[in-house]
Amino acid sequence: MPLEVSIREKSFETTDGGRLTTIRDLAFTVGEGRFACLVGPSGCGKTTTLRLILGLEDEFDGTIVKPEQGRTGVVFQEPRLLPWRTVDRNIRLPLPEDRARADLSALYATLGLTGMENFFPGQLSLGLARRVAIARAFALEPSLLLLDEPFVSLDEPTAERLRRLLMEVWSARPTTALMVTHNLREALELADEIVMLSARPATVRGVYRVDLPRAERTPQAVAAMLAEILALYPPEATDT
Amino acid sequence: MAGKPNSRPAVTLLASLAGLFVVWFVAAHGIGSRVFPPPEQVLAFMVRETASGELPFHLAMTLMRVAGAFITAMAIGSAIGIVLGQSARLDRFFDPWVILFINIPALVTIVLAYIWFGLSEAAAIGAVAVNKIPNVVVTMREGARSMDPHYAEMARVFRFSRLTTLREVILPQLQPYFAASARSGIALIWKIVLVVELLGRSNGVGFQIHLYFQFFDVAAILGYTLAFVAVMIAVELLLIQPYERHARRWRPRAA
Repeated sequence: MPLEVSIREKSFETTDGGRLTTIRDLAFTVGEGRFACLVGPSGCGKTTTLRLILGLEDEFDGTIVKPEQGRTGVVFQEPRLLPWRTVDRNIRLPLPEDRARADLSALYATLGLTGMENFFPGQLSLGLARRVAIARAFALEPSLLLLDEPFVSLDEPTAERLRRLLMEVWSARPTTALMVTHNLREALELADEIVMLSARPATVRGVYRVDLPRAERTPQAVAAMLAEILALYPPEATDT
Repeated sequence: MAGKPNSRPAVTLLASLAGLFVVWFVAAHGIGSRVFPPPEQVLAFMVRETASGELPFHLAMTLMRVAGAFITAMAIGSAIGIVLGQSARLDRFFDPWVILFINIPALVTIVLAYIWFGLSEAAAIGAVAVNKIPNVVVTMREGARSMDPHYAEMARVFRFSRLTTLREVILPQLQPYFAASARSGIALIWKIVLVVELLGRSNGVGFQIHLYFQFFDVAAILGYTLAFVAVMIAVELLLIQPYERHARRWRPRAA
């Protein structure tokens, strides 16, 4: 089932009583089993779009059609693990009752979490905590996956390794996915399509399809696509 | 340095208590008055009273009232505090009530409870609980206000049930506040229980202290006081501290 987003307008009340429009005429569709990235400059309303899709904010003008059945897996910008529960408990808490005791060892092995089940989040590095957050989203076997800059503020080798791990778990069970990022290179490595957003108020500048199979996205190929996408959407709105 | 590092606090504690008894011993014998008995006299009374079964009985009655009032106050106070902490509107309306109740003297609550509800066990325990509830409300309200909305959003997005959200997300965040009000609560409650017993019960430590006050028997008064303090220290060491260690096990230890 696809994800269809069509937001005519979303505005916030500012502290001085005015209104600030953050999103205007933003519409895109993510096909079933496709991985899309939402790329735009900082503060353009990417995270707000995700929050609208998640239903964490409901005052807006427009429609959002989500997959009806199944659950939504989310990876927040900060891992948002419960610090008073172990890694394993954090991952299992969202699971529906019939899957509460599911065997997650394969997922743990893929994400390099084997042996850390009984750690508390406070004992983990940010990179490891992010892996736990990814495991939590995937353990659900969601029908929709939303990720909000899950690799931000990690050093590049760690981020790179996490991107590969994300692709590994996602490829094992391709799920309709939308990831917010301001890192175009990252989007080019991961996505089937990239929704390019303008500066605030956010609107869709265009959709760039990445047809090259992921295995062939070498640094050279990514650099070539980056040049192409920057030529199509000059850096006014890209923050790389 | 001799001794393991973790044996030192126990040694310090024992030395400190021994010092206190020495000061008491010297002062009592120096003054030599019947109304300021030395420690061995108090101890002799405690042994005698324990052998006759009087002391354990009255301790148990008082402890039962403390436990009843404590559980009632913590349960009702926490529930009200959490609700007020999450709703600014309710809080604005009920805040004056909280301020009013927190300033009513314990004595007034007790007297009114006995007048309205009779000299019953329920009135006694209820009066003590009513004294403590506003303090619990204030502390738990502070805790509910300081909860991190990020966790609530996470719980919502992952569709936690209400019960799971309460047990896994809300209560753990309130735990430090719960521990703080439990700590201060148990100390306050046992003191008020003595007043309740003095005014309207026919047993318990407060009743006994009132009885021996009429005989000016200070050794008996101190004996009952020390016995109950010892019980409360045992509660602290055997119940409260292990619970806190368990509740805090996930926190990274400070270096």
